[in-house]
Amino acid sequence: MGQETLLTIRNMRKSFDGTEVLKDISLTVKRGEVLSVIGPSGSGKSTLLRCATLLERMDGGTLIYHGDVAATDESGAMVYASKKDLKMIRRRFGLVFQNFNLFPHYSVMKNITEPPMLTEGISKEEAYRRAEDLLGRLGLTDKKDAYPGSLSGGQQQRVSIARALAMQPDILFFDEPTSALDPELTAEVLKVIRRLASEHMTMIIVTHEMQFAREVSDRIIFMEQGGIQAEGTPEELFSSENARLREFMGKFTA
Amino acid sequence: MLKQLGNGMAVSVGIFLLTLLFSLPLGLLVAFGRMSRNRIVSSLTKIYISIMRGTPLMLQLIVVYFAPYYVFGVSIGGYRFPAIIIAFSVNYAAYFAEIYRGGIESMPKGQYEAAEVLGYSRAQTFFRIILPQVIKTVLPSITNETITLVKDTSLSFVLAQAEMFTIAKQIAAKEASIGPLMVAGIFYYVFNFIVAFVMERFEKKLDYYR
Repeated sequence: MGQETLLTIRNMRKSFDGTEVLKDISLTVKRGEVLSVIGPSGSGKSTLLRCATLLERMDGGTLIYHGDVAATDESGAMVYASKKDLKMIRRRFGLVFQNFNLFPHYSVMKNITEPPMLTEGISKEEAYRRAEDLLGRLGLTDKKDAYPGSLSGGQQQRVSIARALAMQPDILFFDEPTSALDPELTAEVLKVIRRLASEHMTMIIVTHEMQFAREVSDRIIFMEQGGIQAEGTPEELFSSENARLREFMGKFTA
Repeated sequence: MLKQLGNGMAVSVGIFLLTLLFSLPLGLLVAFGRMSRNRIVSSLTKIYISIMRGTPLMLQLIVVYFAPYYVFGVSIGGYRFPAIIIAFSVNYAAYFAEIYRGGIESMPKGQYEAAEVLGYSRAQTFFRIILPQVIKTVLPSITNETITLVKDTSLSFVLAQAEMFTIAKQIAAKEASIGPLMVAGIFYYVFNFIVAFVMERFEKKLDYYR
């Protein structure tokens, strides 16, 4: 595994209407690493993801992508990088949503090809080449002309993974990618993520799938009440003596 | 008589088309104003929409036509037809604005977020992702307004504009016959039949996705 640090979060804080949702979160992710974030609902894991992907502004802390500072409060006040710099930084990561958020008026092909053509300015040929390669790898070649509304949830989620990968991000974030899917479709999506892990794609996965997290992750973070309560390799966490962690994981693995 | 009615028909169609041409885009601007985060802009737009929807269109037509003379003391030659187009356009823009706003606000937040993460600019997000979907959702409501507009063109008679209804009424009075009014009625019906048909085709065209 490479030693290059792709993402650094230091002392990230976030409140909504006076309620602290993230308290002093710090973590780093190295190239090729798969990090899972687990924890009960309302523990702040989704907010962490939304702040890291710039969908939500954090109130304090530092966010660095591969050496480029996206936001920091080291000078005392919370400062975000310029719009132009943030645009460059956004290219470094992709995000797969719980509800897919595919563009329903675009075909599968257009969903995957338009974003890199527009924002990276690559040629149509290059965009199609990337898309066809990805669709092939994800077993969706026969769906390229379909519209998202006609696909199953599992297929839609695979298309949204393809859409994110077409941007060739350094890091791919997943926000509970299987929470909207039934067990069968869940398996289909997890298979894809597993394969990405075996190809050493750097990933940060917020999930409720404990067994999956255990098997695919290099590291797991357990969050509760806005803070990181435990962190370690799957072996460390699953054999932890932390009572709260055992109780939480017990509910899922029973 | 038929020739006169024919001319009136052309004027009615002209009012209809010009009003749509101006009020559809204007309505989008008004909708932006209404949704603006700037309090002054959104309040002013809200008042404008409220007045347009809360007072009779017939009264608005008269005010727009006579205001330059009564308020500013200027009389503009050949102002009758432009006044009608202005009054109809600002009135219908208010209705269209509320339809657009409803459509824009019904778009899921996830569409904006997906576009943002993929690096779309705000303009790209609106014109490529949001607007096409909004058009599909609001089309049935737009059809309704458009059909009302066809019939509302007859209100131009208050300014004695020589359109279909004004002419039919004049001939009917002169000849003491209900025939011309019947012809006018058939004209509006057929006109709207065509409008409904065309709009349905549009809706079908957008049916390629769910």
